[in-house]
Amino acid sequence: MNQHIPDTVDNAAATPEKHQPFEALGLKPDEYEAIKQLLGRRPTSGELAMYSVMWSEHCSYKSSKVHLRQFGQKVSDEMREHLMVGMGENAGVVDIGEGWAVTFKIESHNHPSYIEPFQGAATGVGGIVRDIISMGARPVAVMDALRFGAVDHADTARVLPGVVSGISFYGNCLGLPNIGGETWFDPIYQANPLVNALAVGVLRHEDLHLANARGVGNKVVLFGARTGGDGIGGASILASDTFSEGGPTKRPAVQVGDPFAEKVLIECCLELYREGLVEGIQDLGAAGISCATSELASNGDGGMAVDLDAVLLRDPSLTAEEILMSESQERMMAIVEPAKLEAFLAVTAKWDVETSVLGEVTDTGRLVIHWRGEKIVDVDPTTVAVDGPVYHRPMTRPAWLDALQADTAAALPRPADDDALRAQALQVLGGPNLADASWITNQYDYYVLGNTALAMPDDAGMIRVDEQSGLGVALATDANGRYCQLDPYQGAQLALAEAYRNVAATGASPRAVSDCLNFGSPENPEVMWQFAQAVEGLADACLELGIPVTGGNVSFYNQTGDVPIHPTPVVAVMGVIDDVARRIPSGWQDEGENLYLLGTTALELDGSAWAGVVHGHLGGTPPRVDLPAEKNLGGLLAVAADEGLVTSAHDLSDGGLVATLAEGVLRFGVGARLWLAELCERDGVDVATALFSESTARVLVSVAREDDVKFRGLCEGRGVPVLRIGVTDAEVDGLELQDRFSLTHAELRHAHRATLPAHFGAVVGG
Amino acid sequence: MPIIVVEVMPKAELLDPAGKAVAGALHRLGHDRIAQVRIGKRFELHVDGEVDAALLAEVETVAGEMLANTVIEDVVTVEVLGAGVAGETH
Repeated sequence: MNQHIPDTVDNAAATPEKHQPFEALGLKPDEYEAIKQLLGRRPTSGELAMYSVMWSEHCSYKSSKVHLRQFGQKVSDEMREHLMVGMGENAGVVDIGEGWAVTFKIESHNHPSYIEPFQGAATGVGGIVRDIISMGARPVAVMDALRFGAVDHADTARVLPGVVSGISFYGNCLGLPNIGGETWFDPIYQANPLVNALAVGVLRHEDLHLANARGVGNKVVLFGARTGGDGIGGASILASDTFSEGGPTKRPAVQVGDPFAEKVLIECCLELYREGLVEGIQDLGAAGISCATSELASNGDGGMAVDLDAVLLRDPSLTAEEILMSESQERMMAIVEPAKLEAFLAVTAKWDVETSVLGEVTDTGRLVIHWRGEKIVDVDPTTVAVDGPVYHRPMTRPAWLDALQADTAAALPRPADDDALRAQALQVLGGPNLADASWITNQYDYYVLGNTALAMPDDAGMIRVDEQSGLGVALATDANGRYCQLDPYQGAQLALAEAYRNVAATGASPRAVSDCLNFGSPENPEVMWQFAQAVEGLADACLELGIPVTGGNVSFYNQTGDVPIHPTPVVAVMGVIDDVARRIPSGWQDEGENLYLLGTTALELDGSAWAGVVHGHLGGTPPRVDLPAEKNLGGLLAVAADEGLVTSAHDLSDGGLVATLAEGVLRFGVGARLWLAELCERDGVDVATALFSESTARVLVSVAREDDVKFRGLCEGRGVPVLRIGVTDAEVDGLELQDRFSLTHAELRHAHRATLPAHFGAVVGG
Repeated sequence: MPIIVVEVMPKAELLDPAGKAVAGALHRLGHDRIAQVRIGKRFELHVDGEVDAALLAEVETVAGEMLANTVIEDVVTVEVLGAGVAGETH
């Protein structure tokens, strides 16, 4: 085997014409030229490795940046009030009161999860958890938003169990509760499943840490797992181009994670923070050491000198370029004052975490990297990490959109009689996207740590932050790709509105947003138009609702062949509740309570579960967004929770009223008697519309008799439309729709719970 | 009854957390000369009748497609036990 000879800075200057494989690394010819211009010479192979990963779509946001700016521009004082750290850091940080802050973020690991579902999904969880640690927070929960191909497709049977098993393995081993998320099936995700992982952490205000390298002479320290040949080029090459191109690579494109190493790393980092031994910190994820060094340097004093020989390797045959690009998991980089280095090393030694000092912070404005005594990198770190390429990609409104929007579901035949209505209700409840997800969620530990106040199948997950006061946070993720295909602007707003409503339904007050924007190729003008529309819709809606986007992630190139996925902007909303003891559950538990529908129902079946499941139809325009109504409804629910006026609240979304009613009955097994005549008359809709329409800003609540008058008064005072549509009744077996039909508890249960086990086998613990 | 042995190892470049844990345990017990441990899988396929080239080829295919997850593992051995006749070693 030939000894690898490093390409030095001097060598690069002396051999300007040497051919470099920039295209295989994902760089375009003009980007390669730009690098040469910046350096005034050709890059060394090490520099090329760094630029190629850091200028990849995944790391540089080169196609999305011009649009994402809106999240920073469309902000009000109300949105700034609680925001401690906004976009651009590893994760946003939000004040929740009593000296506590919360950091949360959602991120994609789509492409690795298709290639190797188990490890891909597992390392997705590991990566987002490290983002949370790097802000100075203790991770307290995770969630997952998943999209798979058709439920009955053979490849879904390969991908789904692997992904779920990977998430549960990593999260359960870390001892973090998985408190929610969502799962959708659609053939559009067949060869491109989406695995979006969210993590949330809590910290005291004074524990906040940032990723910057300040203080000349401070040490640059790498600690955690050793660096190996995992996932080299994984992030850049995988996220930047289709799978078929490039052919086989020498090094594996995926990484293998070790959750036990990560658990130790969490505790080690928290002790380092507690002892005040860290000046700046960054986790190593995509682009590994290239990313950590260039970002820390460019966010700090601007200079850094690093010796790659000090990197502890698992495989001594790694070249300098591979060390720079390796995505080995469970690693962190810290900036440490020289006087504190000994104490720092004592803490990492105590936790059995391998640590090496790579170099120090300088004031040269250059990131200089040596390997085997030679200078192999000498760059301005801002050109690597900050001033990457920025593209104003061409955008075209898809020509097919008008025809799609004209094809409204209102024209589809409604059920002819009550028998057909009843049959369709069961059909919708058993649709794969509405069906009970216990097959998945039962594999997750959702009560570990003992602070879970709500989890699946409630509307949002809720975690107690302060064990004395009961202060807590609620989180929900949502995105309806079908709506977004019909109208990406409105679809993104609907995703936000639903997540907002889900959080509000628990009694928490929505406070901040994180998003994971999953789209097709940005080089396709129609996809770029969808992306721009979705971002604009989301930014406008955040401004109207008064909650800021604190961070997130963009995932492009989600497509099979030339067919892009439906635009899928997964929106996570975080809300605050003063005392989790006042939370509102999603199902009623006592009989003799009134069921009130808040909000109004219109003929809005386009893109609905009913249209999809019963008719295999997607067309028309999605339900109207009414943000003032959502805000008003959220405010009402917060007061109702605080005063203990409602015993349950469940939002209406996919599947409409019938889904909400069925889930309410199934939650605690208490039946309900319903009458819809008044609703149909007030809103001017037929019974099928009343049951299946997906009009927004609606929540079903149960209210005890003694609070009835007060609750109705509250609704009237706040101008929230309210209508009594039924009562809870233990004598009723399931659901009884007066003068229409009944569905027994067993029928509801079978329709709701049989779908996933039919395809994937028995439910664990079910 | 002949036995075909298939051995599968995690790819050399990838982390092997279980192997790392065993190496750690060995070191704690004082076995310092053992630098590294990697843990793989061994399959013993019991064959009806004789092993011929066609069967070995069939097993190699099965090994690559089913016994190993070639995204993260390599098939390192396919051979007839005791016969010393190797199929193919990658």
